[in-house]
This record gives sequence, C-alpha cells and structure tokens, in this order.
Amino acid sequence: MHQVKVVGYLNPATCTVLHPPPCGEGEGGGGRTIRLPMILFLIRRFLGFAVTLFIAAAVIFFLLDLLPGDPARFILGINASAEAVANLRTQLGLDAPPLTRFFAWVGGMLTGDFGTSVTQRAPVAALIGERLWVSLPLALMAMVLSVAIGLPLGIAAARRRGSLIDTGLMVLAQLGIAIPNFWFGMLLALLFAVVLRWLPPGGFTPWQENPLAAFTSLVLPSLALALPQAAILARVMRTALVEVTGQDFIRTARAKGMTMGEAVWRHGVRNALLPVVTILGLQFAFLVAGVIIVENVFYLPGLGRLIFTAISERDLVLVRGITIVLVIGVTFTMLVTDLVYALVDPRLREGGQR
Amino acid sequence: MTFSRHPSLWIGLGATGVFALLALVSLVWTPYPIAEIDIARRFQGPSAAHWLGTDFFGRDMASLVMSGALTSFVVAALAVAIGAGIGIPLGLAAASYGGPMEWLALRLSDFIFAFPALIVAILITALFGPGAINAIVAIGIFNIPVFARVARGGSLTIMSLDFIDAARLAGLGSWAIAWRHLLPNILALIIVQATIQLSLGILAEAGLSYIGLGTQPPATSLGLMLKDAQSLFMLHPFLSLVPGVAIVVIVIALNLAGDGLRDALDPRLRRQGAPHAAA
Repeated sequence: MHQVKVVGYLNPATCTVLHPPPCGEGEGGGGRTIRLPMILFLIRRFLGFAVTLFIAAAVIFFLLDLLPGDPARFILGINASAEAVANLRTQLGLDAPPLTRFFAWVGGMLTGDFGTSVTQRAPVAALIGERLWVSLPLALMAMVLSVAIGLPLGIAAARRRGSLIDTGLMVLAQLGIAIPNFWFGMLLALLFAVVLRWLPPGGFTPWQENPLAAFTSLVLPSLALALPQAAILARVMRTALVEVTGQDFIRTARAKGMTMGEAVWRHGVRNALLPVVTILGLQFAFLVAGVIIVENVFYLPGLGRLIFTAISERDLVLVRGITIVLVIGVTFTMLVTDLVYALVDPRLREGGQR
Repeated sequence: MTFSRHPSLWIGLGATGVFALLALVSLVWTPYPIAEIDIARRFQGPSAAHWLGTDFFGRDMASLVMSGALTSFVVAALAVAIGAGIGIPLGLAAASYGGPMEWLALRLSDFIFAFPALIVAILITALFGPGAINAIVAIGIFNIPVFARVARGGSLTIMSLDFIDAARLAGLGSWAIAWRHLLPNILALIIVQATIQLSLGILAEAGLSYIGLGTQPPATSLGLMLKDAQSLFMLHPFLSLVPGVAIVVIVIALNLAGDGLRDALDPRLRRQGAPHAAA
C-alpha cells in the first residue's frame, strides 16, 4: 500500500482529475477535506448509515400508510361481519396510532422480525430470506463477471490507446452501455438455450436439490446483468488508466528502469482503481434493481417475483418489507464503498462528491 | 462545431433527430393505426406493406415503434425536467450559500441515492397502481441528485473566481449570484448531463415498462413492446428484435450526442464522469 501513499499523490494534478473536491491546497476544487482519525470517520459513516435507513424506513412506512383500504377487510373479504373485521384489526395491531405502529415495525426489524405477510401467511423475513438465495448469488455472480470482463478490457484498451483494439473495445463498450440488460438476457436465452441448447432458458433448481443445476440456471441471467456493467467499468478503467499513465510518477518509475508495462502495472493500475472502486459501489447498488428486472426474463423465483405478487395482492406488509430490504442493500453497498475507499485512499474523504 | 471536428456530435444529434421526428410524426400519422388488430396478418416478417412486420395481434410494428419511441422520449424528457428543475436549484443553493444549506442539500441527494428508480416505482405502483406517470416520477426523482451534484460541482470551481467576489461587492445576494453568474456558466455541463440522463431515462423506462410498472396498454412504449414479446420471443424472436434494436440505436445516438456536446461545448470537460444507471 505504501506505493499508493508515497508515489500516487505527489502531483496535485492527479487529484484534480481523479478526486475533484478534497485535493491540493486551498479551496480551488471546493469541498472539504477532513482529516479525521480513522475511528471518528468510521463512527460518522455508520451514524450516517443508520440515520439514512431510519428516514428511509419512515418514508416507506408513512407513504404506504396513506394507502386507502383496510387490510383486515381485504383479508376477510366483503362478506365478513364488521365485528370480525374489528377483531382482526386489533389482532394485526392496526388500531394503534401510526407512530406507535411505525416504531413497533422498526423495533421488530432490529430483532429480525419484519412482520407477517397476510396473503402468504408467513413471516416476511422468512419469505424474503428464501428469495435472497436466488437474488443475492445472482447479483454477486454478475458483479464478479463484470469485474472479470470489464477491468482487463479497460486495461487492454488503455495500454494500446489509439490502436484498432482500443477503438474496437470502446465501440463495443458504447454498445454494451446502450443495450437494456433484460433484452440482452432474452437474446442470450435465444442463443444459448434455444439454438445451442447449452443452458436452461429459465427456471431455477433450488441449491439444496442440485447446487450445480442451481448455478447453471444463474449463468445466463448473471451474464445479462454483467455486460452493461462491464462496458461501463471498461470505460472508466480505461479513462482512469490513461489519466494516470500521463502522470509524473509513471515517468519516474520509467526512469528508475521499469518498462512501461511494469510501471503501469505496479503504479498505474493501483491508482486507477480508486475511481473504479467508486463506480463498482454504485453499480452493485443498481444491480440490486437490475436483478429484479432480469429475474423476470428467466422466470427466476427471486425477490422480483415476490414483489410483484405482493403488489398485485396489495400485501403492504410484504411490499414494505421488500422495499426496506432493497434500500438496506443499496445503502449498505454505499457504506462499504466508502469504507473500502477510505482504506485504499489514505486521505479520508468526507462531504465531497462520490 | 463543424462536422469534421465533431463527427460523433453530428451523427448522434442526427440520429436522435430522426427518431425524435418519427416519434413526433406518430402523433398525426402512422403507417397503420397502432390499435388496428388483424389476427389474419399476425407474425408477418418485414414486407413492402409492413416494413418491420407485424406483431402477435397483427399490429404494424413500424407504427408501434414510432408511437413507442414517442412515449419513451416523453417519459425520459419529463424525468429530466423533474430532475433538473429540482436538482439544479438544490446544487446552486448548496454552492452559493454554503454552510448548513450545502450540508442539507448534500445529505438530501445522498438520501435520494438510496432509492433507485425501481424502488420508487414499486412504492408508487403500490400506492396508485401502474402507469407511465410512475415511470416519469420514479426516474425524475432519481435524476434529482445527479443534477444537484453536477450543478454544485460545476459551481464550486466558479465560486472561487474573482468576478464572484466582484458581484458580492456589488451587493448581489447568494441567490442572485447563483442565478446571474453560476447558472449561465454551468449550462454546458448541464446540457451534457441532460443528454446522458435522457438516454438513461429511455433505458429505465424500458426496464420499468418491461416489468409492468411503467406504461400500460393501450398506450405503447418500446419497453412495453418488449414485455409483449417476452412470452413469444423463443418462437418469434423478431418481435423482440425490433423494439430492442430501436432502444439501442436511440440510446447510442443520445450518448454520442452527449459525448460530442461535451467535447464541443467545453474541451475542459473531457474527462468521463461516472455514468449513473437508473433502473
């Protein structure tokens, strides 16, 4: 790591390009550099995480609470007696004032109790947990794939800047960014499942039954998700590496006798990875959403399917539970990105642009 | 801004213009009425009568693409308007007032980042049922922090310049400075960002409509066409190829225009910003 610290930021020009706000002297770039001790930084970040989640929970809860209609009446049907409905309302805790119910919900979540789905007659936490076994591995596989495809291509393009390979790769990247991931999924299914018959076109075998079959049913969906991400990563990696390659410390490394390849590999890639980490965090956050769309293409029983059932059956407890889980996923990813960034980048950043 | 110096700008603008024009024309004329159902002529390939073939109801695909592109453009454009309309004042206020105002604006945009368009769309659909308005609001909310950050980031560099101090000495307040001096100077940045958000908005609308949270029939959009093609695409892949390719071409055109505009309007902006995926 010391190379990053010692070599990387001697030149303030690096800062303005890769790290707009807190670089160099003075307020030129704006923003504030706060050189807090690590522990204070961590506390601030975790507090911010908790506050964001709390406000998000409040927004979700009170938005859905505005909804007209009586869940108890909905469960029992039109013919139920007023007395039965009233009883069920009490049983569901719907008689309590909204604030009480909100804090009961938040308190329950802290102990892992996300409420009970009225239509599925099962705990929301269990329903979501079950689906996460599909959605989470899918997101992780897509992430790994996009890094495995995007970074090497970005590096290759940057190393041969201006060549035919570079141009070709960047055209491909332009295409990859423009393709909707779910449509790409349809094309993949067509090619690999219908024409070549190598992989299943959809459906999912549970992990307990056959781990290999479960894995293969996630291959095409994760490829569909990974492609646009890989295209973006390749572009960011290329740009970052090209910027870094022009820096003085690469010339210094060359002067010390390294070949260009060594210099870029030892010093360039490490420095270029900083903006890539930021993008990766953002991308994982949006994968959470992408997963739900792509699951639809391949008929995967993930969170996406659950949420559509919940919406169509007006199961608000379930909708609430799934949305807060998604928000937790996104917020947590942002938190991890910030922490990784702080670890990689010795100058702790706070308050600037992501 | 000659063609030879900025080829991607002109190609991008040209292709975008062609699609936008086709979309607008669909308001008054399409080759066939988009709701005209004729089962006898369904699943036809491209022909002289139907340039892009017909779908499972025998509707003319070329007409559907024209009309669908209009929906996609309108949804994306209104979403940009929402994002810019709220985000830019937020970013300008953050830059020109500083202090608590800046803190508040930054926290607010951080907070909105926790709600990707899809989650907002889910919430709105649970509240009001599905519809194109959902997509507009959901994507629009997502655009707010993007524009806020761009406006603030661009303004901060200008805030340190002498003419801002001069304006302060001349007695202008923070808001007047933001309006008279910051906004005109960051307009190039904003136009470029708007182009990028427009292309992301079209992708996001497609995604939302595809899973049934966006545009609803009988209206049509490129995403909705893909949703309709979903159950049949193994048998009739052509049905999903047409809208898919249309989306890809429009998005590439917008991205080229955005990249070209960035180079043409301000060569200093050549560094690639972080692309924000919407859905």
